[in-house]
Amino acid sequence: MPKVTFVHFSGSSRTIDVPTGWTLMEAAVQNGVDGITAECGGGCACATCHVLVPAEWADKVPAIRPSENDLLECTAVPRTPHSRLSCQIQVSDALDGLTVNLPERQS
Amino acid sequence: MSIVIVGAGQAGLQIAESLRRGGYEGRVLLLGDESFAPYQRPPLSKKYLADDIADERLQFRPVEQLTKQNIEFRPLTTVTAIDRDACEVVLASGERVPYEGLALTTGTRVRPLPVPGAEHPAVRYLRGLDDAKRLRSQLATAARVLVIGGGFIGLEVAATARHAGKTVTVVETLDRLMARAVAPVVSEYFAELHRGHGVELRFKVALTAIAGNPDGSLTATLSDGSTVDADLLLAGIGVLPNQELAAAAGLECANGIVVDEFARTSDPRIVAAGDCTLLINRRFAAPLRLESVQNAVDQGKIAAQSLLGNAVPYQDLPWFWSDQYDIKLQMVGLSQAHDSLVVRGAPDSAAFSVFYFKAGELLGVDSINRPAEHMLARKLMSLGISPSPDAVADTGFDLKTLLPAP
Repeated sequence: MPKVTFVHFSGSSRTIDVPTGWTLMEAAVQNGVDGITAECGGGCACATCHVLVPAEWADKVPAIRPSENDLLECTAVPRTPHSRLSCQIQVSDALDGLTVNLPERQS
Repeated sequence: MSIVIVGAGQAGLQIAESLRRGGYEGRVLLLGDESFAPYQRPPLSKKYLADDIADERLQFRPVEQLTKQNIEFRPLTTVTAIDRDACEVVLASGERVPYEGLALTTGTRVRPLPVPGAEHPAVRYLRGLDDAKRLRSQLATAARVLVIGGGFIGLEVAATARHAGKTVTVVETLDRLMARAVAPVVSEYFAELHRGHGVELRFKVALTAIAGNPDGSLTATLSDGSTVDADLLLAGIGVLPNQELAAAAGLECANGIVVDEFARTSDPRIVAAGDCTLLINRRFAAPLRLESVQNAVDQGKIAAQSLLGNAVPYQDLPWFWSDQYDIKLQMVGLSQAHDSLVVRGAPDSAAFSVFYFKAGELLGVDSINRPAEHMLARKLMSLGISPSPDAVADTGFDLKTLLPAP
């Protein structure tokens, strides 16, 4: 099972085994990772599961679709070039070892 | 010392976790009458129905995550009475559980079809995971699906069934879709959407009777005398609040368990939250019942604060969403009382918003495939910023510039 690490804004981190096909958001919520709200439950409708994907992983995660791109304009902490919505990133074996950073807040 | 939460849906879970985050150190018991750990209901009429996704993906948390927070979750547990004098709830098993604080998050149940023949096995409702499982398995073998009710549940199921190649008919007693929630321009857009996907829409007719056929299918008779044959009938004609437990305990109930703006019932030790409440929100003049994730979460937080001794008034903005085909409808505010509206963007472009005003003040916004505009509208409204109708009508004007500088 791919391992993904979530690094909280405070610096603490959690590494989680994520079943392939799950989204990063689901993995975070199911494991009680602080710092992901996901109030719409994965509908790409709320921008409260904002994560920052380091540049070295940018090519490996799925490309940003227009709906996600629009919503990234509405994150509580302003978007950076690394910003993604974690509900739109499905985990595959290619993402084994991925580390993402969490913004200071989601709403 | 313990707090008992009756109902393990989204509001119940929210209260349990908010109590822990708020530092409550006594026992927290979360009692659910279903066999499942707390799960998300919105996907039941959407993704869950369409795909063979595993039940655990609907769960908010695995049970171990609840245990870690020292929340005692008990499935298959029905509360039969509240003994307010003894401060105990009575379980179906006869066990009595004492409480210092009690939260009622009992939710709703579906409104049954009031017609002869409604007990036919091909008649289905959709509320919980058990309903969704049955619906999903019956949908797999059905060729013709009849949906009674052109509201959110009916239309989401219609879209899913049509996507799976079924013949779909939707019957709505009013003259347009989602009439209680959206303006005619939005109803019309969705009517065209469903027709474009091949759904037959029947307006201003009601179901009057259901008769079974020897092959297991059914024949529905409508108020205009016409009939529709179907292998599966899904009724989505609204819900009723589960308030009998509260009413039997002498708590004030109307269309829902009556609570104040702090989610408190007429007994100071008992709060209630979520779909089952008739609530006060500072933003609105009259009490109302809201059936939504937003209300379950935000009112749940307030109920937990009340149990912790902190009176935080409810003034969160209501918001809702619905997914039909690849179209996302997102709503913020309550727009029924509007006296004017402005459509921003073009409905034929499949991406537009409707801004509702009363006396020039923004009441609410419905967005179709404009999630960013929905989120912006939520920000503006929560800050009390009301753009003028002229500004909204000018698509060249960036509404974001109305936000205060960060």
